[in-house]
Formats: sequence, C-alpha cells, structure tokens
Amino acid sequence: MTTKISREEVRHVATLARLELTEAEEGRMTEQMNSILSYVDKLNELNTTDIPATTHAIQRENVFRPDQVSSVSNREGALANAPQSDGANFIVPKVI
Amino acid sequence: MALHTLTIHALHNLLVRKEVSAAEVVTAFLVRIAELDPKLNCYLTSLADSALAQARQLDQGPADFARSPLMGIPLAIKDVLCLRGVRTTCASRILEGFVPPYDGTVLERLKQAGAVFLGKTNMDEFAMGSSTENSAFQITRNPWDLDRVPGGSSGGSAAAVAADLCAGSLGTDTGGSIRQPASFCGVVGLKPTYGRVSRYGLVAFASSLDQIGPITKDVEDAALLLQAIAGHDPRDSTSVEQPVPDYRAALSEPIKGLRLGIPKEYFVAGMHSEVASAVQAAVQTCRELGAEIREVSLPHTEYGVAAYYIIAPAEASSNLARYDGVKYGYRVPEARELLTMYRQSRSQGFGSEVKRRIMLGTYVLSAGYYDAYYRKASQVRTLIREDFLKVFRQVDALLAPVAPVPAFKVGEKADDPLEMYLNDVLTLPASLAGVPGLSVPCGFSTDRLPIGLQILGPHFREELILRIGCQFEQATPHLRAKPQLD
Repeated sequence: MTTKISREEVRHVATLARLELTEAEEGRMTEQMNSILSYVDKLNELNTTDIPATTHAIQRENVFRPDQVSSVSNREGALANAPQSDGANFIVPKVI
Repeated sequence: MALHTLTIHALHNLLVRKEVSAAEVVTAFLVRIAELDPKLNCYLTSLADSALAQARQLDQGPADFARSPLMGIPLAIKDVLCLRGVRTTCASRILEGFVPPYDGTVLERLKQAGAVFLGKTNMDEFAMGSSTENSAFQITRNPWDLDRVPGGSSGGSAAAVAADLCAGSLGTDTGGSIRQPASFCGVVGLKPTYGRVSRYGLVAFASSLDQIGPITKDVEDAALLLQAIAGHDPRDSTSVEQPVPDYRAALSEPIKGLRLGIPKEYFVAGMHSEVASAVQAAVQTCRELGAEIREVSLPHTEYGVAAYYIIAPAEASSNLARYDGVKYGYRVPEARELLTMYRQSRSQGFGSEVKRRIMLGTYVLSAGYYDAYYRKASQVRTLIREDFLKVFRQVDALLAPVAPVPAFKVGEKADDPLEMYLNDVLTLPASLAGVPGLSVPCGFSTDRLPIGLQILGPHFREELILRIGCQFEQATPHLRAKPQLD
C-alpha cells in the first residue's frame, strides 16, 4: 500500500481538528487513514472533468422567510448545559 | 393476546374500542422491557414513569383515541433526537449530561399526536457505524442471535421493535442506518427522501445526508409514523414544501403493471448466497403479483462507498466542531488554557470511530486536498444521483438487497474500519442520491437470521415504495416471525 498520509501529517491534522492523540492512537490512525485513503483513490478511475458537484441531493436555493422578530431562546435551558457558567454567560479558561 | 406483540394499528383499534386502556398497553411494554432489556441493551434512558403517567392521563381525560392513530401508542426514540428535559447523549461521553431545552420537530409532532415515549435507544456514537458497537455505553444484541450485532447505527431502535420492547420507533439514516438494522433485525425500516422530514432537533452528523424515519413491525405502521412526522418545517430550510400524500390510503392498491427494476450491480461479489436467493424469491413474488420485472443498471454503484466516506466525514468534521467544552457537553476539569481545554475535552469525550471520521474529514477538506478528495467525491455524487434519475425513467421502483450479508457477530468487524464501511455498499448510493428506501423482511438464512428486501423509489415517492412493500408483505405471511426470547 502506498503511503497517502505520514505520521507527521496525522499529527498536524489532529491539531487542525482540535484533537490530541496518544502515541498508540497516532500509529493506529496513520495506518487506518492510509488504508481508507488508498481505497477512496478508486474515484480516480472516473473522469469527472466538467461534472458539476452535488452538495445536496435536493437542491434548494434562497430559502427566505419573513423578517419577523420572534423569541426562540431559552436562556436558562441553554446555560443549564454549560460546563461552567455564571448564570448569564458561558465561562471559559483565560484566553489572553 | 400479548399486547406487546401487536402493531401500532392493531393497538390503536383496541384503544379506540376501549378494549384496553393506554396504561395497560404501556405497562405491557414496561414489563417486557424489565424482563428482556438487561439481555438486549436497547435502551440508554428509560422514560417508564413519565410514559405511565401520560398513559393514565389519556385514560382519565376526555381523550378520543380515534383522533390520532398514535394516541397512547408507546414508541422508542433513537438517542440522537432532542427531547426536551430528557438526557440526549448520541451514545457519546461528550454529551453524557446533555439535556435539550427544546423538542426536535418530529418529537413535537409525535407528542401532538398523543404518542407515548418509552425511552431513548442505543446507537453508534453520533450515528457513525453499522453495528451499534460504537456506543460509548453498551452493546445492543440482535434479538435473533444474542452473539450478533443488531446492525447500526439505529441498532437500539431496530432491536427494540424486533423484540417487542416498543410498538414502533424512530431511527435516523445517513448511509443506511435505518434500512440495515431493520434488515438485520427482521423489521420494517424507511429512510424518507432527503427533505421530506424536518431535521430540526436531530443532532447533526452529515447534514446533506441525514434523514429521520420509522422502524416498525409492518409497512402500515411505517406509513402511519411517516404521516405524523413528514412535512415542511420553517426551522429546517432543507425541508421541502411539497404536500404530504395520504400514505396509508396508497397501501392497498395492487402492484400489477408496475415496472420494477433489478439493479445488476447490487448483486455484488462476496454476497451471501442466501441473501441473493431470498431477494430473488422476493422478486419472483412481485412478478406473481403482476409487476413487470426488468434488469437495470446503476453503473456508478461501486463508487458509492468511496464517495460517501469522503463526504460524510467531511460534513461530520465540520458539524462536530461545536463540541468544544463551552456551551454543552464534557469539559476536561483541569485545563487552564483554552486550546488545551478544547483538545483534551474532545479527545477524552469522543470515541475512536468519531475521531477517525473527524480526522478524515478534516484532512479531505484541508488546503491542498480539497479538490482531490472532497470536490472529486461531490462530482461522483452527481454521477450516482444521475444513475437513479435515469433508471427511474425506465422503471417505477427498484428491488435489491439491503446488505450483502445477514447480521454478523459482535466483534467480527470491529477492528477493521474499512471492512465495516464496505458492508454499507448497498445502502449508500440511495443516501447520496437522496432517494427514499424501504427495508422489508424477505426471508431467513439457514441459521435463522433475517434478510431484508430494499425497495428504492424516486424522490418523494414514499407512497409508492410503501405500497410495494405492503403488497409484498401481504403476499408473504409465511415470512412473518418473531425471535424466540422467552
């Protein structure tokens, strides 16, 4: 099997994805991603020049609704699920 | 007669005639759950108390059970649908304590119809999987053979229907997650057309593919449940405004004269011979019912797995970016810096299949790889979709197997993700094309494992595939059976 993605690239992708992999996970992930990415190379058997991309099977464009103010929020309900809040805001670790 | 064995429409008739009370019906299922769920592990959260209280209220109130076919009917709900005030986990550690402050549209509609919820069912974490083994909490067993998987990702819902632990259930299907477990468990499962049912309140996995649908004991029940949940919803801009037909009314029309296509690519190498012969026998039954059978071709079928396992992880990596330990879900307690908090919370909260898909999705969308992978897969999706549009100019609907093999053993494919993905080969193309698909029991293997017939139709033609399924079902009463569990 050809190498599609190196261990260093896997580490970089994990950073982009905001994941932290253990040494063992990183090795296994590299192996499995290589196997899957080699398989999906099958798509290159098809010439897709000039074929438009499909992003949704049922394409809908410009779904508008009247611009009316309505209340959908449930502040207590939303904050109740926060790992940390002060009753009005979500609290996160210090950023700067 | 044992109430738990009955279909939704049979229970409805008893309730309307006041031959049973809603509380008796709910109690029958609660007794059954207490007895069997410790073995099967279908439910993640029990709603026994509220279900019984609601049923008693219906019995005492002025409730007219004839008002809705779902009034007082006990249902099981896949734990990926938001139910106000009830823990909704997606079978993930990262959402272990999440209590939605709102109802998803489908559950709001079922509540209005008077349905009773027995509990939330097990699934592959975030609906990513084909065996329900990826649940962070428990392994659901196939009621036909406890050493085997119920399929996935809606394995808890399908097993609960098969084992009579509910009258019917809701699942979700992104690449086969309703149809395949329905097939593995010997029950009926319908994936509606993309856009037919609102996704508001469905925790997103791959938004261009996800659909909610019924898993039931017969086709008529699937029609009743679809009727209750289908239709436009202003809160989901991908739900369509097309009118919803009367699904049940369409069921009784014979299929004589319909043109049914057999896609030759769906009888793949490596297919279990008993699956192929059960489906061939089903085709013969449809021919005897007067349908005209034609061999047809969907030439890009073999590219479905590759396209899907780029597109679905790409969408998942984006959707699951929201789990950051800030607004809801798990947060690692000790992190003192934001980026570390994100990375550690996500790494500890997600299971390995979810991480794998986030990684794959992030990779195929990243700079330099987008065109080679994501764009390419989206173009192939066009070809797959066009295959269906073309074939539905030649035939009215398609008949095919659901999965190449009957239910496999727990652990059998768990170590090889690619092998697990390849099992989805026959359900993924319809998901990519957005067309509706129905799984109906069509036989058993020699070791008594159920086999499903997949009926695929054009966009928004659920009434047609339900009709074919119902006519097939009524012509094959000998295929109706229940697993031996007592």
